[in-house]
Amino acid sequence: MKLNELTIKEAREGLKSKKFSSVELTKACLEQIKKHNKDLNAFITVTEKEALDQAKSADELISSGQDLPLLGIPIALKDLFSTKGIKTTAGSKVLENYVPQYDATVVKKIKDAGAVIVGKTNLDAWAHGSSGENSDFGPTKNPWNKEYVPGGSSSGSAVSVASDMCLAATGTDTGGSIRLPASFNNVVGLKPTYGKVSRYGIIAMASSLDSIGHFTKTVEDSEIMLSVTGGKDIMDATTLEKKHEVKPLKKMKIGIVAQYSFMGIDKNLKTLLDNADKQLKKLGANTEYISLPNTQYATACYYIIQPSEVSSNLARYDGIRYGSARQNFGDEAKRRIMLGTYTLSAGYYDAYYKKAMQVRTLIKQDFNYAFKKVDAIITPVSPTPPWKLGEKINDPLKMYLSDIFTVTANLAGIPGLSVPIGFSNGLPVGMQILGPQFSEARLFQIGYAYEQATQWYKQKPKL
Amino acid sequence: MKNDKYIPVIGLEVHVELKTKSKMFCSCKAEYFGEKPNTNTCPVCLGLPGALPVPNQKAIEWCVMIGLSLGCKIPLFSKFDRKNYFYPDLPKGYQISQYDEPFAINGSLKLKIKNDPFDKTQAFGSEAQARRGHPEQSRTDEKLKIDEEKIIRIRRVHMEEDTAKLIHQGQDSLIDFNRSGVPLVEIVTQPDFESAQEVVEYLKKLQQIVRYLGVSDADMEKGNMRLEPNISLRINDKELIGKLPNYKVEVKNINSFRFVEKAIEYEIKRQEEILNNGETPAQETMGWNEKKGQTVSQRIKEEANDYRYFPEPDIPPIRFTQDQISKIKSQIGELPEEKLKRFQAGFGLSAYDAEILTREKPMANFFEETIIVGKKHNVNPKQIANFLINRDIDINLTLPAQLIQIILNATQTDQIDEKELEKIIDKVLKENPKAVSDYKSGKQNAIMFLMGQVMKNFKEKIDAEKVRILIMEGLR
Ligand SMILES: [Zn+2]
Repeated sequence: MKLNELTIKEAREGLKSKKFSSVELTKACLEQIKKHNKDLNAFITVTEKEALDQAKSADELISSGQDLPLLGIPIALKDLFSTKGIKTTAGSKVLENYVPQYDATVVKKIKDAGAVIVGKTNLDAWAHGSSGENSDFGPTKNPWNKEYVPGGSSSGSAVSVASDMCLAATGTDTGGSIRLPASFNNVVGLKPTYGKVSRYGIIAMASSLDSIGHFTKTVEDSEIMLSVTGGKDIMDATTLEKKHEVKPLKKMKIGIVAQYSFMGIDKNLKTLLDNADKQLKKLGANTEYISLPNTQYATACYYIIQPSEVSSNLARYDGIRYGSARQNFGDEAKRRIMLGTYTLSAGYYDAYYKKAMQVRTLIKQDFNYAFKKVDAIITPVSPTPPWKLGEKINDPLKMYLSDIFTVTANLAGIPGLSVPIGFSNGLPVGMQILGPQFSEARLFQIGYAYEQATQWYKQKPKL
Repeated sequence: MKNDKYIPVIGLEVHVELKTKSKMFCSCKAEYFGEKPNTNTCPVCLGLPGALPVPNQKAIEWCVMIGLSLGCKIPLFSKFDRKNYFYPDLPKGYQISQYDEPFAINGSLKLKIKNDPFDKTQAFGSEAQARRGHPEQSRTDEKLKIDEEKIIRIRRVHMEEDTAKLIHQGQDSLIDFNRSGVPLVEIVTQPDFESAQEVVEYLKKLQQIVRYLGVSDADMEKGNMRLEPNISLRINDKELIGKLPNYKVEVKNINSFRFVEKAIEYEIKRQEEILNNGETPAQETMGWNEKKGQTVSQRIKEEANDYRYFPEPDIPPIRFTQDQISKIKSQIGELPEEKLKRFQAGFGLSAYDAEILTREKPMANFFEETIIVGKKHNVNPKQIANFLINRDIDINLTLPAQLIQIILNATQTDQIDEKELEKIIDKVLKENPKAVSDYKSGKQNAIMFLMGQVMKNFKEKIDAEKVRILIMEGLR
């Protein structure tokens, strides 16, 4: 096995027992990037020199007996995370040459945990998109079939992990931007509870929905990453520290959303979901139908709240102090600025934004009620497997509907873990496990049991 | 300035900059006056991508404190909102402010309206200095007799952040972000003022209160207090009381009480002329041009600006408990109004003296400290008040004990020959046997007569106490 194919856990063991060095591990990742980034377009910036320096110091720390959770581990960052001295583009021409003067809290935490930063990954500009095609730096390709989309908006991060260019990568999830590309790439993606991970220093899309998570090869690695990134941050007033109790899977009840059966899920995908359901039952969990009656309004509600906040958050990019002029915004950003400006305008605010916020409260209540009956909920991540590049690019509405199962978790602020459940015509798909706020430990428990039983993560794309 | 035909309808918005150590949403130093441009900045107050606001607890408490001091209700639930608009001094493209749920609502401030509104030399408008060295004037309380009290209703007190400062240099506009994010409290009244004098009186009171609370220097020259009156005229008709005219002229960003007074008076005249011509003044925003001595139109408002307010998602709503509010209330201390009453009742001061001594808290504190020292030396509060008001006492350079010494020295009698005094006392006692026997039989008054007889023999002022003691010794 090549070093870059290791999981964090395996690499940590190898580094500790001096089977290999962080420099060797980092070089293996950089080598893989060099070989395949041209085709896959996963990275906007590769920080080779910095990575090798960091790997060298990691090796020194390892030989001096230091033990840090990510010591010497090569990690990629979505290019929405501010990195001091390293340009951070948000996938947009507007910030093509913007170099932050500070590190995002999560970046600082990852660095402090000893990680090696290999580069900044591609994304839909400003994280607006579900396919990765909205990037001003060209679309990222799906490593399982380069004619297909990798899912977005954290497209480069998902692909970098799936194609072993790094061991883990960070992402942001505002309406599914981690879970969707995770499921399209056969990797594990976590959208944590809103408030679990600091947003400070990460370019905001829609502030009340943005969740900061990551991609890993396994559920166990996802847990390691969260142990580093999570926790209260004095720089983010919306962060909280909370714990949730865990119990054995055999005593758990897992909910299946009754309404989703009628929502046009792809046939192959449906079969794979049924298999997953059976697998969980085999593992001892009980599954039952639950109802989320307001779930049908989730997409409409999301596409009012999200552009409203986007329109305000993008106002600072006026080209006066940093970045280039506003005409460099792409179509999708312009569309959302216009939509959001409209829905917040006097006379429309009550009918749109305010109403959407009320619906949001109802969706939260749906989940609160459901989680009184079940410990977790499983749903598809997307209604379809990955689609072809260009297939939905001219139909924004069709594109928006791919978020139909993911936006609810963002509206409710609950965590969602996307885990691989197999392949449809050679393309990976996943399911998401949703739980109450701050129940990440429970999601990892379910995800881990399922992953150990199925081992989908062992399948690698042929590059 | 009441007008026969029209009654002015004036409301006021005042921005007060708080003197917290750090800014409203970041840990940068809040003081910007005299600082080198762009030295107190960080990702948050520069509005860099990804930066987030974290509210300053102290600033919120101080805002609530101002609200409580103005008799406002403090709702238990409050939140911040985004006010979206573009201007180069606003780095985020929105200002964090409060829209529909401010920290304080529905308060009031009581004004004292003087007898003769045209006599501006009087009372609050005049400085203590003018009176100094004229003790006879300080006794004329009658001049300050309060004619009527007027309540100005306070609509709301809310918290927001200041913008950066634009500096125009030739063709260039430069931005100094040191001021960006400095905590601002906005205090909004109902349109209850009917003259510029009422507005100025209100402003002086408000300035005094925030200085008493120690939450702002309220220094006009440093821009700590910015004033925005809105002015219109209604026809003087009882039927129309409480009804608002169908237009409103706002004058923005005035930084002096004198200018606000001039601007209001100018506007009243200007609008009166327009109304007399049978027209309605335009709804517009003006600025005050001091050089021209007139208001200048900045923009005509056809509709209200659309700021697209919505709840600030980066800051969770603020929930107070009754206990927290009580705790903030307990930190307020004595306000000028209460202090003035206590000084009058407790120390027997005239309204005039009490007003001067309570005008600024350091003076009031100095006065009270001096009273404590004065007690040991038989110097009473009235004497201290007289000295503080009528002599040029710099309380920053004088200690209470030193002031007492000054008072004692000033009231000290001239030096006289001790032997001469004893001789005269002997003589007086011998010449007035009846008074002596009266005193010995218990008539205390007799000693006053004897003292008078002694002091009559001297041209100089002599210490009466000393005379009294010596007489008593002679009588033993
Ligand atoms: Zn700052």
